[in-house]
Amino acid sequence: MSIKGKAYIMGAYEHPLRDAPDKSTPQIHAECAKGALEDAGLTKDDIDGYFCAGDAPGFGGMSMIDYMGLRNVRHMDSTETGGSSYILHVGHAAQAIAEGKCKVALITLAGRPRQNQFGGFGGGARPGKLTDGPPEAGFENIYGGTTHNTYAMCAARHMYEYGTTSEQLAWIKVAASHHAQWNEHAMLRDVVTVEDVLNSPMISDPLHRLDCCVVSDGGGALIVTSPEIARSLNRPMVKVIGAGESPKGPMGGHDLDLTHSGALWSGPIAFEEAGVKPSDMKYASIYDSFTITVLMQLEDLGFCAKGEGGKFVADGNLISGVGKLPFNTDGGGLCNNHPTNRGGITKVIEAVRQLRGEAHPKVQVPNCDLAIAHGTGGSLGTRHGSATLIMERE
Amino acid sequence: MSDTKTAPEAQARKIPAPAVTIESKPFWDAAAEGRFLIKRCNGCGKAHWYPRAICPICFSDDTVWEESPGEGVIYAHSVMRRSPTGPFAIGYVTLDEGPAVLTNFVDCDLDALAIGQRVKVKFQETENGPPVPVFSPV
Repeated sequence: MSIKGKAYIMGAYEHPLRDAPDKSTPQIHAECAKGALEDAGLTKDDIDGYFCAGDAPGFGGMSMIDYMGLRNVRHMDSTETGGSSYILHVGHAAQAIAEGKCKVALITLAGRPRQNQFGGFGGGARPGKLTDGPPEAGFENIYGGTTHNTYAMCAARHMYEYGTTSEQLAWIKVAASHHAQWNEHAMLRDVVTVEDVLNSPMISDPLHRLDCCVVSDGGGALIVTSPEIARSLNRPMVKVIGAGESPKGPMGGHDLDLTHSGALWSGPIAFEEAGVKPSDMKYASIYDSFTITVLMQLEDLGFCAKGEGGKFVADGNLISGVGKLPFNTDGGGLCNNHPTNRGGITKVIEAVRQLRGEAHPKVQVPNCDLAIAHGTGGSLGTRHGSATLIMERE
Repeated sequence: MSDTKTAPEAQARKIPAPAVTIESKPFWDAAAEGRFLIKRCNGCGKAHWYPRAICPICFSDDTVWEESPGEGVIYAHSVMRRSPTGPFAIGYVTLDEGPAVLTNFVDCDLDALAIGQRVKVKFQETENGPPVPVFSPV
C-alpha cells in the first residue's frame, strides 16, 4: 500500500502573532487548530487524529487533546524529530488515513520563545513568576495526586456505582501471583490469597499494597517486520490483526466518569479490524498497574458487562488452567515487573510467548492462537491514552 | 506509620505554589482575594474546569470568568495513607455549575468523607504562591 493519492491537506492556518506575551502556549495551539478547522470548513468534533511534537505541553498529545476537548480522537502520534516533526506528521497522517485509522487529522505547533523570561516548557511552578507548561498543571499538580490515589478514586467510584468489593479486586492479584510463582525473574513469586491482599497495608483507600504493581528497573523490545521477512525467519509467526487507540480525559470536567477507561473505544476498533470478539481470545495481557486497572479494562473491552467485572475476576477466573480467561501469565506488573513504570511492552511480550507456545509450561494456554494485549498510560483518574492490540498465531 | 484507619485530623501536607500561566493568571489573582472563579462559554452557555481561553466543549473563544460560590458534591475521593506528612484526601467535586474539579478535602474527618457529600470551597495558603482552592464539608 502507498499513501499516494490517499490523503489531502484541506486546512491550513498560520498564527498572526510574532510576540505573544498575553497567550499561553496551549492557547496558541488551540487557536491554530481553530483557524485550520475554519479554513477547512470543519469542526472540532470532526477531528479523529491528533499529531503533535515536543512543543506541545504535557505528555504526548494527552494534555492538548484534553485542553481542546477533542472527544473523537482515535489516532495519536507525537513523533518528535525537532523542527521537521510536522512535515513527518503529514506523511504519518496520510498513512493513518490510507489505512482507515482516522479521517480528519489535526497537526499543531505553537510556542513562545520570546517569553522565555516566564520560563519555557515544563509545568514547574516558579513562585512569583509565570510559567508556560501543561495547561492542567496549576490546577492539578498541587493536590498530591499520584498514580496510587488517582486510581484509588476510580476504585472508590466503581465500588459506589457497582458494588464492587475489595475481595473481588484482590482476586486479580491472587491470579497474578499464581502465574508469577513459575517465573524465575518475577519480583514477587509467593502465591497470595484474598486475605493476604486485604491484610496488606492500606496505601490509598480502597487500594492496599498488594493491589499495587511492583516498581522495577528493566525494559523490553519488539521487532515488527513485513510478511516477507517474517516468513524468511525461523521463528513462529505472530500476526498483528487489529489495533485501536483512544485518549480519555475530563475535557472540561463535564460527565466525568472514572469508572470507564479509553478501552471503551480502543477495544471495539481493534476487535472490528481483527474480525474477532472478546470471547474468541484465548489469552489476555491486561495492563495491571493496579487491580482496579485490570477490572475496568476487562469490562470496557467487553469481556463482561459494565459493573460485572468484580464477579468476572473472582474465584480464579483469570488463572491459567483454572479460569476462562488466562491473563498476565508472566505475573504481570502486579508480581513480575513494571520497567520504568511503563508496562505496555511486557504485555505484548507475554502475549507473543503465549502465541508461540513459549510461555512457562505451567501457565501455557493450550492451542493459544488468539491473544490481546491492552494498556493505558497516564492515569485513569485524570487523563490517559488507551491502546489495544489483537494478535494471531499463523 | 499506621496500617489502619487514621484518627480524624486535618491535612498536614503543605501545598506547593501552583504553576501560574498568562492564561490562568486572572484565576489566581482572584484566589488571592478569596474569590473562586470558573470559566463559562458564551457560545454554548456551559461552564468548564480547569479554565481555558477556548471552550473545550464547543471550541468558541468567547469564554468569560464568572465568580462561583464553589459548592457541589463529592464525586469520588481517596485518602492517601502513605505520605511523609500524614494522610490527606484527594478527590473530585462536581460543582453545582456542572464541571468536576480535582482538589483536596481539608479541615474535616477524612474517614467520614463520602461520595455525594456536599462540600464548599475555601482557600489554602501555599508555599510562596497564591492560595489554592480546597474543599470542606458544608
